[in-house]
Amino acid sequence: MSKLRELRRQKWANLLPAIVVLVAVALFPIFRPPLDSFMDDTILALAYIVMALGLNIVVGFAGLLDLGYVAFYAFGALTVGWLASDHFTGLGGEGGIHIGVSEFASELPGVHLNFLLIIIAAIIVTAIAGAIIGLPTLRLRGDYIAIVTLAFGEIIGRVAQNGDEVKISGYAFSNGRESIAPVDQINIPFYGELDQATDLRPYFWVALALVLVVLFVNFRLRDSRLGRAWIALREDEVAAASMGVPLVKTKLMAYSVGAAFGGISGAFLGTFLQSVNANQFQFGFSIFILAMVILGGLGSIWGVVIGAVALSFVNTRLIPDVLDGEGVRNVLLDLGLDFSFQQVSFGVFGFILVLMMVLRPEGLLPERRRKLELTENVGGEETLLTEGRG
Amino acid sequence: MESATASAGPAPRKGFLTWDFISKYGLIALLVAFPAYYAITDLLAGDGLTRIAENLVAGVSNGSIWALVAIGYTLVYGIIELINFAHGDVFMIGSFVAFGLYGTFGLTLATGTLGLAVGLLAILLICMLTTGVLNVMIERVAYRPLRGAPKLAPLITAVGMSFILQNVGILWVGGSQKGIPDLIDAQKQLIDIAGVTISRADVLAVAVTIPLVFLLTAFINGSRLGKAMRATAQDPEAARLMGINVDTTISLTFLLGGLLAGAAGLIYALYQTQIWFFQGFTAGLIAFTAAVMGGIGNLRGAVLGGIIIGCIQQISDNRIGNEWTPAVVFSYLVLIMVFRPGGLIGEETREAG
Repeated sequence: MSKLRELRRQKWANLLPAIVVLVAVALFPIFRPPLDSFMDDTILALAYIVMALGLNIVVGFAGLLDLGYVAFYAFGALTVGWLASDHFTGLGGEGGIHIGVSEFASELPGVHLNFLLIIIAAIIVTAIAGAIIGLPTLRLRGDYIAIVTLAFGEIIGRVAQNGDEVKISGYAFSNGRESIAPVDQINIPFYGELDQATDLRPYFWVALALVLVVLFVNFRLRDSRLGRAWIALREDEVAAASMGVPLVKTKLMAYSVGAAFGGISGAFLGTFLQSVNANQFQFGFSIFILAMVILGGLGSIWGVVIGAVALSFVNTRLIPDVLDGEGVRNVLLDLGLDFSFQQVSFGVFGFILVLMMVLRPEGLLPERRRKLELTENVGGEETLLTEGRG
Repeated sequence: MESATASAGPAPRKGFLTWDFISKYGLIALLVAFPAYYAITDLLAGDGLTRIAENLVAGVSNGSIWALVAIGYTLVYGIIELINFAHGDVFMIGSFVAFGLYGTFGLTLATGTLGLAVGLLAILLICMLTTGVLNVMIERVAYRPLRGAPKLAPLITAVGMSFILQNVGILWVGGSQKGIPDLIDAQKQLIDIAGVTISRADVLAVAVTIPLVFLLTAFINGSRLGKAMRATAQDPEAARLMGINVDTTISLTFLLGGLLAGAAGLIYALYQTQIWFFQGFTAGLIAFTAAVMGGIGNLRGAVLGGIIIGCIQQISDNRIGNEWTPAVVFSYLVLIMVFRPGGLIGEETREAG
C-alpha cells in the first residue's frame, strides 16, 4: 500500500512543474505585443500539440501506425469551410443559416455557425471518418494497417484537391486547389468576436484552452479502462484478446478518438489560417505529425507535447531563420552548396525519424513501458528487461 | 490474428459462404469491370475497341515498369517482412542518375542509333548498379540496426528514408517536373495492329522487363545464393543454423531489388521523358499495390499485379483524368487489402504460412 501512496505522491510531484510551466505559458502573451509573428508561431505550435496528441492515441497508445492522419486535419478544416464561410451560398434561402455568430457574419450568405458548434461538428465528422477508415484495417496486420491508412489519407487529400469537381446536389465538396476563404473569426459567447487582424492574443488563449482540454482528456483516457485496453492491444494483440479485450471496439475507439483530436485541431487551424487550403492535405503533413510523436516518445503524453512544440518551431523558426539565415548560408556557399533548407524541410523531418528510430527509439521523453518494449529484443539484451522489472 | 476468423468450424454458416465467394471472385470481377465498362460504353457510342485497346497497350508497357519496382517490394517483404517504403524513391533516384548520365555520355537527340544503343546499355548498367548499392546502403543504415525491434520501427525509418531521398531529388533536379531529352523518340509508332499503335517506348519497356524478370527468376531458383534467399525467407533462424549468412543474404535481396528499380528508373525516364522528385512516391505506392495484388512475396504475382495496375492506371488517366488516378489506384489498394489481403495468386511469406 505504501508503494501505491508513494506512486501517487510522485504523480503530483511530476505534475507540479507542469502547472508552473502552464501558468507561465498562459501569462506569456500579456508581455508580448498584440500582433507578433512569434505569437503566430506559438499558436501554430499549440494547434500541432492537439494534432500530435491525437495521433499519439492511435500510434502511441494503441500501436496502430496511422500514416494517413492528414485525413482528419482535412475533415476538421473542411468542416470549418462548410459551416463558417459562404461555401454553401444559397443554402437556407437568401439570408443563409446563422447560429450564434457575430453581427458581421450574420449578414453573410451561406452557413455560419459558432466556433464551439463547429468544433463539436468537427469532432463528430472526424470520429465517424476515423471509424470508417479504421473498419477495413481491423483484420489486417500492423504494416498493412499503415498502408491502408496512408491510402485513405491520399484518397481524401485527392478528393479535397479535386473537390470542385465533386458536386453533391449542386454544392462542391471543396474549392479544389483554390482555398475556401474567407472563414469566420472565432466568436466566443458572452465575449464577442475575436479579430486576429488587430489582436492575436485571444487566439492564443483559445488554442491553449483546447490544448488543456485535450491534455486532460488524454491523461484520463490513458488511465481509464479503455486506455489500458489500448496499451494491452499494442503490447500483444492475441494476449489482450484472450484476456477479454474487445478488439474491434477498442481499435475503432482508438481511431475515432485520435481522429476527433485531429478534427479539433483542423477546425482551429482552418479558422486561424482564415482559409481551408486543400493543397496542405498532403502525405508530408502526416509525416510531420508522426515525426512529432516519434521525437517526443511514442505513447508519452508530455513527450509528444515537447515533440510537437520542438518540430513546430523547427519548421517556423529554425529552418527559415537559423538554417537559412546569413550565417549558415554563407558557410554552405563557401562549401559550394547553394540551397535553402526550406526546400528540403521534409527531408529534415525524415532525417529526424530515421535518427530517432535508430539511436533513441523511445523518444526524448520516453514512456517507461514503451521503452522496455522497444529495447527488450534489440541485440537480445536480457539485462534491460530485468532492470526494468526490478 | 487471422486464425481467429479463418477457421469457422465444420459447417460454415451461410453468411460465411457469401463472404468467401466475394473475397474469392470479387476482386477479379472488380478488376475486369473497370476496362469492361469503358469497352462497352465505347462500343455503344460506336467507336469500336481501338481506344480501350490502346489504353491496354500503354497499360502493359507502363505496367512492366511498375512490375520491376514491385518485384523490389515483394523480394524485401518476402525476406524480412518489411514494406521498404523508400523503394519507390530508389527508383526515382534511378531516373535521376539516368538523366545525369545522358550528359556524361554526351547522348543527345543527334546521337546515331549505334551510339545510342551502346550508351543506353551502359547507362542501364550504371543505373542498376547505383540504385542497387544505394538500396543496400539504406538497409545497412536504416533497417539493420532495428532488426528485432517491433515491426513498426523499421517501417518508420523507411518512411524517413523515403523523405530524405525525395529531398535529395529536390536538391538535385529541383522541385518541379523536368522535361528531359526524348532520346529514343518514344512515341514514334513502331507497329500498327488493326489501328492500335504500339510505340517504341512500349516495346522498349516490355523488352527490358522480360529478360530481367527471367534472369531474376533463374537466379533465385537456380543459384546457390538464390537458394539461400529462399531459405532465409522461409525461416531466418533455421537458415542461420544451416550456415547461411543471413545478413549477407538480406543485403543481396536489397541489391537485387535496387538493380531492378534502377532499370525501371531508366525506362521511365526514356518513356515519360519527364522526371520529378515526387515520381517515386506515387510509383512506390502503385508498385506496392501491384505487389499486394499479386500476393506479396510472390514474384510472378508482382509482375502480374504490375501489369494489371498499369492498365487500371492508364484507363483512369485516359478516361477519368489523371488528377484522379492516385485516388483510383489507392481505392483498389484498400479494396484488395480488405477483401483479399493474400492477393490474386497467393502470398509466399512466413506469416501467411
